[in-house]
Amino acid sequence: MSAPAGVVGVFGGLDAAVSALESLKASGYANYRVYSPVPRPELADALAKKESPVRLFTLFGALTGTAFGFFFAIATSLDWPLVTGGKPIVSWPPFIVIGFETTILIGSLATVAAMFLFAGLPKLGRAPGYDPRFSNDKFGVVAFGGPAQLAEAREIFAATGAEEVKDV
Amino acid sequence: MATLATQAPPAVPPAHAEAGPTYADTNRDVIATLRPPGRKYYIGMAFVLAGLAFGAVSWAYQLRYGLGVTGYQPPIFWGTYITTFVFWVGIAHSGTLISAILYLFRSGWRTAVYRTAEAMTVFAVMTAGLFPVLHLGRAWYAYWVFPYPNFRGVWSNFRSPLVWDVFAISTYLTVSATFLLMGLIPDVAAVRDQSVGWRKSLYTMVSFGWKGSDREWRHFGKMYLYLAGFATPLVLSVHSVVSWDFAMAIVPGWHATIFAPYFVAGAIFSGCGMVITILVPLRKAFHLERYVQVRHFESLAKVILLTASIVAYAYGTEYFMAWYSGNRFERASFYNRAFGQYWWATWIMITCNAFIPQLLWFKKIRTSIPTLFVMSIFINIGMWFERFVIIVTGLSHEYEPWQWSYYLPRWPELGILIGSFCWFSMWFLLFIKFFPAVAISEIKEALPPPVRAGGLR
Repeated sequence: MSAPAGVVGVFGGLDAAVSALESLKASGYANYRVYSPVPRPELADALAKKESPVRLFTLFGALTGTAFGFFFAIATSLDWPLVTGGKPIVSWPPFIVIGFETTILIGSLATVAAMFLFAGLPKLGRAPGYDPRFSNDKFGVVAFGGPAQLAEAREIFAATGAEEVKDV
Repeated sequence: MATLATQAPPAVPPAHAEAGPTYADTNRDVIATLRPPGRKYYIGMAFVLAGLAFGAVSWAYQLRYGLGVTGYQPPIFWGTYITTFVFWVGIAHSGTLISAILYLFRSGWRTAVYRTAEAMTVFAVMTAGLFPVLHLGRAWYAYWVFPYPNFRGVWSNFRSPLVWDVFAISTYLTVSATFLLMGLIPDVAAVRDQSVGWRKSLYTMVSFGWKGSDREWRHFGKMYLYLAGFATPLVLSVHSVVSWDFAMAIVPGWHATIFAPYFVAGAIFSGCGMVITILVPLRKAFHLERYVQVRHFESLAKVILLTASIVAYAYGTEYFMAWYSGNRFERASFYNRAFGQYWWATWIMITCNAFIPQLLWFKKIRTSIPTLFVMSIFINIGMWFERFVIIVTGLSHEYEPWQWSYYLPRWPELGILIGSFCWFSMWFLLFIKFFPAVAISEIKEALPPPVRAGGLR
């Protein structure tokens, strides 16, 4: 068996997982991953990651949608310029409805696409250190690194009350 | 972290053992709903499929012999089908209200009921979407409503609410289905980890290989928030657009600016009614009493009471405006609605929607599950009749007395109406056996997280 790439600590308590994470950070770790059955603000605070860039996709998706909706209605009307009800061919107030719906449609789809992109989904293969218990009631912290770092991580996990520590 | 660190150490067994379910309990109990179904389920399914077959036969008969088999009498060419279309679109609305609007308001009680409501939304839109096609005599020309440009010489009129409707309903179906599927991802992953065989493969695909890593949750949380943010104005717009199908026409009784808010309130009202109709048997069949509690029903009942009161107010406003406008046609139309040939439909509507829900002022009624179930049936009936009253009485009594007419649905229409309920129920029955009908990860989020026994650092 080759040398382990990482070590995973299985935690039954959220507080234990959070303190393991903080100890890892305090000893200079940068390469770790956390698995949790639910998103918890305590974990997010301990991780202290930047704001997700999904929101930029949301904004640009929505603006693209607005532009597309108006373009579509205007271009289609101009392509078949038939005056009815004495209204202008490009009568923009009712086109707001079209523009509004496409804003939402394309904005939503762009948001979802961005989530898939940034979260690295779909990921149908195995993830290092993942354990089916992490979707149930356990929290997992995986630390990656060289042998010396992993030894330290094992100590940290044991000290913070991991129920199980194993190599991956 | 600060709050956790200062918490008193939980006694052994952990303090939440009696207060409510744990994370593992939630997984176990919700996944138990996916076990192979028993005899009752198959009997229910057979019943539903028989009803669906009746609907299919009715439609085949209508396609063969044309729209003459319906009860249409000039000038009433919008009848049961359009009524039922609006009914199902309305049902669809509370799903997004509960899942998106209450999410933005951080209403904790939504977690227990939102998955059911969301699935209901998607299936209700799928049902509603059939009706514009069923309503066509020559259903094979249905694609003419889609406004792709004019190679066929079809001029799509972007000033027409019917074209707006195509955009609104298609967007709504897409976004609400996306919202449902995205919310399902972490839950399906939890189910995947406890399944074997073909189910494991299915759930791996549907969960997109979700692992619950910090990276996934971070982007997922933002995505869900923005999707909720989009769904909220969408849900308000869709039923407004549906109401404009009527309000943009100059038929007396339709041409009113109150229609959009009136329809939105009615939609949420009927949808919450339908959520209760579905949840009561679901909770009983799967023993979900620990998760879907009486207080959740009470919250739904309060939403119903609020929206019922708005609807009752809108009924009053309509009559007031008909009188105050001084317009003879409006006055005649509304007089005819209450005391004319359709008086029975109008009074069913008013009784079910305005009067019966007022009983919800009493806490005893709000917290009695059987009473709420019965009331929810009345609400469903009342809201179907609301659309019938608006559409049919409006058309039956327009400007010229020689045009006045009377319409009653005939059997193919009723067959398709029954078929639509069975179509909806079929999807729902399939859904509850393949996907968790209660949101596992959101229930867990609302629970106190597990902490180390024996105290903290």
